[in-house]
Amino acid sequence: MTMHKRTLVLAIATTSLVAGLAMTAYAANGESESEAMPYQNLTELGYPAPQEGELVHVPPTMEDLEAADIHPELKKVIRYGYELFTDTQQLRDKYVYNDMNCSSCHLGEGRQPFSAPVWTAAVTLPDFRGKNQHVNSLEERIAGCFAYSMNGVPPEYGSDEMLALSAYHQWLATGAPMYPDKPIYGRGFPAPDEPEQAPDYARGEAAYQENCAICHQEDGSGHYENGEYVFPAPWGDGSNNWGAGIARLDTAAGFIQNNMPLGQPHSLSDQQAWDIAYYVSSQERPQDPRYTGDVAETAERFHGRSLYGKAREHDDHVLGDHDNFGDKGDAQPWNVGMPRFENLSED
Amino acid sequence: MNNNYLRRFGLLLGAGLVAGSALAEQGDAGRGLLAAATCTACHQADGSGLHVENGESWPRLAGLDAAYIVKQLHDFKEGRRQSATMMPFANMLDDQQVLDVAAYYSQLEVTPGQGGDKADEALLARGEQLANRGDWDAYIVSCKSCHGPGGMGVGSDFPGIASQHAGYIQAQLQAWKDEERSNDPQNLMGSIAKRLSDDDIQAVSAWYARQNASQAAGE
Repeated sequence: MTMHKRTLVLAIATTSLVAGLAMTAYAANGESESEAMPYQNLTELGYPAPQEGELVHVPPTMEDLEAADIHPELKKVIRYGYELFTDTQQLRDKYVYNDMNCSSCHLGEGRQPFSAPVWTAAVTLPDFRGKNQHVNSLEERIAGCFAYSMNGVPPEYGSDEMLALSAYHQWLATGAPMYPDKPIYGRGFPAPDEPEQAPDYARGEAAYQENCAICHQEDGSGHYENGEYVFPAPWGDGSNNWGAGIARLDTAAGFIQNNMPLGQPHSLSDQQAWDIAYYVSSQERPQDPRYTGDVAETAERFHGRSLYGKAREHDDHVLGDHDNFGDKGDAQPWNVGMPRFENLSED
Repeated sequence: MNNNYLRRFGLLLGAGLVAGSALAEQGDAGRGLLAAATCTACHQADGSGLHVENGESWPRLAGLDAAYIVKQLHDFKEGRRQSATMMPFANMLDDQQVLDVAAYYSQLEVTPGQGGDKADEALLARGEQLANRGDWDAYIVSCKSCHGPGGMGVGSDFPGIASQHAGYIQAQLQAWKDEERSNDPQNLMGSIAKRLSDDDIQAVSAWYARQNASQAAGE
C-alpha cells in the first residue's frame, strides 16, 4: 500500500468559513477522512473553527507510520522518537531533571491543535527566535525544551535521541508545506480573551483546588503511583523551570483553557483560566538557567510576560529569588547562551 | 480466603494492637469479614465477583482502594449512584460497617478479570490503543492517563480497572455514556465515556479484563 501526501485547498461555496482554507493531511488508500472538514469535533468542544486563509494540517498517526512506504530503519527511528516524546522520563537524570514528559504539555502525542502541536516547528524552522535572539534549527528548538521545560541538559545535536525526536517532529509534518505563508490553525497555546477582572491569586487558588487539585494535588506536587509518574507537577522541583514558555502567564492560561481539566477543554471560563494561571505562576519552581545571579536583572532581561522577579502580594515573596536549580543541581544546559552567527555582517 | 490475606490480616491485627482507635475509624478488615457476609453471595468471599455474560456482572472488589469502596457504598446509600441490585445491600451497612467491608476487600489479593477471552485481535488492539494512548482525533484521552500505568488505579479517586470483569466495565461505561451514572468527581469519566462508541466500550472492557493486575504488580 502506498501512501501519498496531499495538499487540499477547499473551496466550498455554501459555507463562508472554509473558502480558501488550505488543508493538508496524510492519506492512506487514496481515501481520506480529511476530505470532510477536519477537527469538526473540536468546534463542538468549544474550540474555534478553522478560519479562511489558515493552514489546517492533520498529522499522521503511529498507525499511519506502520503502513507508510518508507525505509524500515527510518520507521524504527521515528518510533523511538515517539517513545522518547511520550515517555521522556526514560531520560531522567541524564537529560531530564524534572517529572515531565514532552507529552505532558503537548497533548495527543504532539499532534493536537491548541496544545502546541510540534509539527509546526518542523515547517517554520530554521527561523529567528526572540527568546535567544538568533536563528534556531529544529534541534536547537528541542534543546530549548530540555533546558527549560524539562529542567534538564539537552542531548547533543546529532545524537541518537536528538535525531529520533527531530524525525518524529518531521514525520508529523508530512504533507504540510515548508515555511507556510498562512497562519497555522491551532498553533501554540492561544491565550483566552482578556478577563473582565485582573487575574487574582485567591480566586485562582479556589478555582485550582476545585478543578485541578484532584489530579495535580493541593500542593502542586503532581501524583506518582508505585513510583510511576501519572499526573505532572504544575510547580515545584518536579515541574518546568522559570525559563520555560509555560512560565509566562498568557501561555499558561492558554494551555489551561485549551487542555484542562483533561478531557474537558474549554470548560473553564476565561476568568477561571487566567486566575488559575496566575495562582500556578505565583508558585516557586527551579531557577531559570539564564539566571545572572541577580533576580531583578534576570527578570528585566528575560521575563516580560511571567511573574518572575515580582513580589507576591499576600506574603511579599519575590518569585525566582533563590538559587535552587531543582534536581539538576550544578549541571549546566550547554545550549543556554550559546552564541551563533557572530561572524555574519550586519546586512 | 488465601494465605496472602491471612498474612496481611495478621499484620493488620498486629498493627491494631498499637493503633486500635485509629483503625476503628479507618475500618477494620477483621470486622469487615463478618459484615461482608451480606456481600459474598455476589462478590464472593475472595472478592472476585463474577462476569455474567448477557446479564448483570458483579465487580471484583478484591484489592480495590478502600476509600474508593467507601465512597461508592455511600453513593449507593444516598442515591448518588443508582443500582437496584446494590442499594438494598448498601443500606444494610452502617457507616462503621462500610469502613470495615472496604478495609476487608481492599486487603484481598487482586483476582483475574473475566469476560475478555472471546475478544478478537482487532478488538483487543483497539482496546489497548484506547487504554494506553487514547484516540485524540475523537478527543478520547487514554484510560491510563487517569487510571495509571497498567490501569492499576491512582489514589482513591481513580479505581484500578485492570483485572476487572469485562461485563462490569462495559456496563459502567455505558451507564456513564447514557447519563445513568454520574458519581465521578468533576464528570471526569462521564465526559470521556460520551465520546466512546459502543465498540470502543467493548474493546477497552475486554482488554482490561485480560490484564492481570496482580501479575503486573509483581505479586
